[in-house]
Amino acid sequence: MKKFFSKTYFYGALSMFIIFSAGPFYIMLITMFKKSHDLFNPLNNPFWLNEGPTLEHLDLLFNQTLYVRFLLNTVLVGIAVVVITVLLAVPAAISLARLAGRWGENVGIGIFLTYLVPPTLLFIPLSRIVSFLGLQNSLWSLVLVYPTFTVPFCTWLLMSFFKSIPKDIEEQALVDGCSRVGAMARVLLPLSVPGIITVVVFSFTLVAHEYIYALSFIQDSAKKTIGIGMTTELVRGDVFYWGALMGGALIASIPVALLYTLFLDRIISGMSMGAAKR
Amino acid sequence: MANVHLAGIKKHFDGVKAVDGIDLEIGDGEFLVLLGPSGSGKTTLMRLVAGLEKPTGGQIIIDGQTVNDLPPRDRGIAMVFQSYALYPHKTVFGNISFPLTVEGMPREDIRKKVEWAAGLLGIGHLLDRLPSRISGGERQRVAIARALVRRPKVLLMDEPLSNLDAKVRHTAREELKLFQREINVTTIYVTHDQAEAMGLGDRIAVMHEGTVRQVGSPYSIYNDPQNMFVAGFVGIPPMNFMEQDGVILGFRPEALLPAEALPDKDCMRLKLLVERVEDLGSHRLVYGTIGKAKVIANHSFRLNLKEGDEHEFAVCSQELRRFDPKTGERIRP
Repeated sequence: MKKFFSKTYFYGALSMFIIFSAGPFYIMLITMFKKSHDLFNPLNNPFWLNEGPTLEHLDLLFNQTLYVRFLLNTVLVGIAVVVITVLLAVPAAISLARLAGRWGENVGIGIFLTYLVPPTLLFIPLSRIVSFLGLQNSLWSLVLVYPTFTVPFCTWLLMSFFKSIPKDIEEQALVDGCSRVGAMARVLLPLSVPGIITVVVFSFTLVAHEYIYALSFIQDSAKKTIGIGMTTELVRGDVFYWGALMGGALIASIPVALLYTLFLDRIISGMSMGAAKR
Repeated sequence: MANVHLAGIKKHFDGVKAVDGIDLEIGDGEFLVLLGPSGSGKTTLMRLVAGLEKPTGGQIIIDGQTVNDLPPRDRGIAMVFQSYALYPHKTVFGNISFPLTVEGMPREDIRKKVEWAAGLLGIGHLLDRLPSRISGGERQRVAIARALVRRPKVLLMDEPLSNLDAKVRHTAREELKLFQREINVTTIYVTHDQAEAMGLGDRIAVMHEGTVRQVGSPYSIYNDPQNMFVAGFVGIPPMNFMEQDGVILGFRPEALLPAEALPDKDCMRLKLLVERVEDLGSHRLVYGTIGKAKVIANHSFRLNLKEGDEHEFAVCSQELRRFDPKTGERIRP
């Protein structure tokens, strides 16, 4: 009897969790194929296709908006930002974690504080810089601006990660014949793969869902990223193209979901790395 | 193989003198132990020799060459860290072969050398495992194999036995001495454990507050201490001290014996007030006071001593060491 209750409790909690996390995806999926008349009829069951499926929303999405272009723009900006972030954050984090001692810790906290300034304030001075560089209405403006928040956060994340790698191991590599850079490449980097993967996934997701900067710096439809493109092209006045919006959101979230699933274990170890010593 | 010469080595960290002017000569193939309490500068001295720290002053000469400005990789040294510092992402083979891979040695030669080192330390069957899948004693062997595989001129070891449990530590100590003899590599070994130091070292350098207080064979360190620090630091239980006629007399607990055991006239007789007796099976420790001085006697006689008893003990004059109460230095006749 006791076992029955504990099992019921377990599966009850599990079902709640599944409904909570998978529910939005189910709604997106079903809305994507739902006829507009079906969607707007309050008497219909909202969780089912009452009047059969349709592809009209996907047609709108792919053939009457620049959805594919948005996706492509997002991927391009995402890759550029990830590369810049990794190239800047990894050496910065190593030097702050290793070489500067106490001073490095304070600089690390300082770097993290810059991450806390909200973009809703920062976009004003940044727009001056963007226009000074002549980058308005160009994807390069985003490639320039996004690292301002990905680099500080990722440096800070990697810093705690590198600190958790014992200094002895690095010094051992020096004794074993490596130069400082060699020790970094042969020992430190292979050991920090979980941290670097976390940084890659994190910066890419940030780029994919960033809104304020993209809205302020990009005007051309053909240059919009997914977050801003969808909401400006598929919400016209007070008309929401729900089917296409949901479809677009679902398709865009699939690669990110795959990325997370593939590297889930490593991301978790990356996130919790600094917390406890191995 | 090489000799190591340290001349006036100093290392100051923000005004703290971790190593304060050390001169030391370590012979070819010699096993030198740096012994001292924590904070005495022994690990810093070893890191200076390794090139992991830059000296504030003085010269480090390995095999006739001043290496002050050389990075660790160009000094011909190998080091075993206290934590073993195995590369967790590499197998045992990958760990041992790492110094050779970095050197760019051909694959076939690497395999031969790794097999030689692994065979020497009896870890040939572990080559495919990851460090997380082997025991503490095996990790220590891997670390030593990795240090030896390059045939270093000088082998540095920083408390390599301190992470092992007591039983394994004892056998590991024996083996360490045996293979050091076998390959005859100049070795500097840091420890705070005097049993390890006495058992392993050809010579021991006793360090205190950044200076070397005495260098000598285990026998001379124990029996012929140059100052009160060495006399008090080496030996368990430590040497007894008592002041008499303006000098400090020191004698080992095993030299303080019940008077009936030393009928000899040439012995100093002392009344000992017993505070506590520890019976350790093979021998007994008697804690007590002689006058104002707290002393310990270590003997193997069956005496029925209890707390509060007063018993006559004696120390023979050849067992007495005299020290200057101001400087703590030995007064020699």
